[in-house]
Amino acid sequence: MLARRSDLPLDEDGLGRFLPWLIAFMVFLATMAMAGALVLSVTAGRWDKGISATLTAQIPATITGNAQRTAIARALRILRAEPGVASAEAISESRIMALLEPWLGAAGALGDLPLPILIDVNLEPGAGVDVAALAGRLGAQIPGATVDDHGVWLNRMVSLIHWVQAVAFAVLGLILLVSVGTVVFTTRTGLAIHHEAIEVLHLIGAHDSYVAKQFASRALVLGLKGGVMGLALAAPTLWGIGLLADRMEAGLLPDLSLAPAHWLALAALPLFAGIIAMRTARRTVMKTLSEML
Amino acid sequence: MPVGLSALGGSHLNRALENHGGDVVSFENVGLRYGLGPEVLQDVSFRLPSGSFYFLIGPSGAGKSSLLKLGYLALKPTRGLISLFGRNIATTARGELPELRRRIGVVFQEFRLLRHLSAFDNVALPLRVAGYRESDVKKNVSELLAWVGLKGHMQSRPPTLSGGQQQRVAIARAVIARPKLLLADEPTGNVDDRMALRLMHLFDELNKLGTTLIIATHNEHLVKSLGHPCLCLDGGRLEITPGKAAGRTAGTTARETGSAEFGKVF
Repeated sequence: MLARRSDLPLDEDGLGRFLPWLIAFMVFLATMAMAGALVLSVTAGRWDKGISATLTAQIPATITGNAQRTAIARALRILRAEPGVASAEAISESRIMALLEPWLGAAGALGDLPLPILIDVNLEPGAGVDVAALAGRLGAQIPGATVDDHGVWLNRMVSLIHWVQAVAFAVLGLILLVSVGTVVFTTRTGLAIHHEAIEVLHLIGAHDSYVAKQFASRALVLGLKGGVMGLALAAPTLWGIGLLADRMEAGLLPDLSLAPAHWLALAALPLFAGIIAMRTARRTVMKTLSEML
Repeated sequence: MPVGLSALGGSHLNRALENHGGDVVSFENVGLRYGLGPEVLQDVSFRLPSGSFYFLIGPSGAGKSSLLKLGYLALKPTRGLISLFGRNIATTARGELPELRRRIGVVFQEFRLLRHLSAFDNVALPLRVAGYRESDVKKNVSELLAWVGLKGHMQSRPPTLSGGQQQRVAIARAVIARPKLLLADEPTGNVDDRMALRLMHLFDELNKLGTTLIIATHNEHLVKSLGHPCLCLDGGRLEITPGKAAGRTAGTTARETGSAEFGKVF
């Protein structure tokens, strides 16, 4: 696979100093894009799982006093009787106040504001509750009562995440294209620089693959070198972002952490860069030489 | 074949080349022009049987180097037919050309040594390209370089060698794999008469072992003293003149100084 030694002065042509830095920047960008995509995929999965296991039932604010208490009791009975429901609890007025306070100001000013009653429903894992039927039964008993499975909000959020992920993968694709283009360009330049020596090798009976091996070996070494440099730049950057995210209020940002398998995938990027560089160089040399006599 | 080297592989092509039986080189009505320029070779036809030794002579610009380039497959003819070892070059797949080229040793006029490699590595190239074991490479290259008087320069790079020393490295590279056909462009142009004669004996010895040779030269003294037949080019046209020693088989006169030592190398 690799040439033991080089018959071409590939280390003296200056391309060896330029290629690793370009690959390093590409691997840096690829690491950031990939880390972003992986974090989003973890987050989307977590939200999807967390939120789809809950429902919120709402009793309109127009029902008040004794009627409200009766409605709550009735609603809880209906909800708890539903197969697949693990628990159902009305959210206390004080907690609703606390949730609204950041938007509407001090709790004292809210005394007269009509607030609906919210019931937090937790589902058993994997339970397939027919939300529409449940809402129908609830609405029949308590006029105006609704059940929300967060579907609309969740769908929009997940589709946003998927779009951002798609952009991240597109960025990865572009980085791959630019990297391949860079290796093709440097390999072609190398072929032009060493044209004379390559012709001599040909004339003494070297196959194209003999020459290609020498370029491929060097591209692998330079690709690995650049890849490691890029990862070395990206690792502290990711660590820094993680540190800053941890300092933010826990509720505001989702947990931006990666699984060990994801870290492994990021660490494999330099190897990937080396292999891409090697294969690209080999293909470029074979293609270019096939046009010679 | 240098000591310890054995033919690699038994590919179908190799066996076919080994057993072709006929002419080693055959040109039929070969014409060559560069781009849209005039024909530098016109209707060149000749056949060289295995084991023949020809000088290629003619004034500068007569087309000697072009004819050799066609012979070592650096160029394709504009017209006509070239066969090497019984293979029509025009119909030989590109992937099979390296096998043909490994049977051809070339001494380029401008040497074309790889400047960044030592004399040793330059001479070793044909063996390494053909996949010989490194122990064989080391033994044979060292012996041949010692024989051409470059024992003390094995690790020198070409730019640090004199013209004559570079020429000897180039010749050593051309003969190291004991080619079946040797094409040499002015191989003795940069060495003194004594070394020129010594190198000619090297060629003669190769010829005795079955190598077919075409040596392009301006050295009339050499041509006359060795008496081999000549391919004479003038204005792109070829004439063949027989050798002076009628009935003499090529390569039978290598009895002068050097051949005994050379016999140890090959």
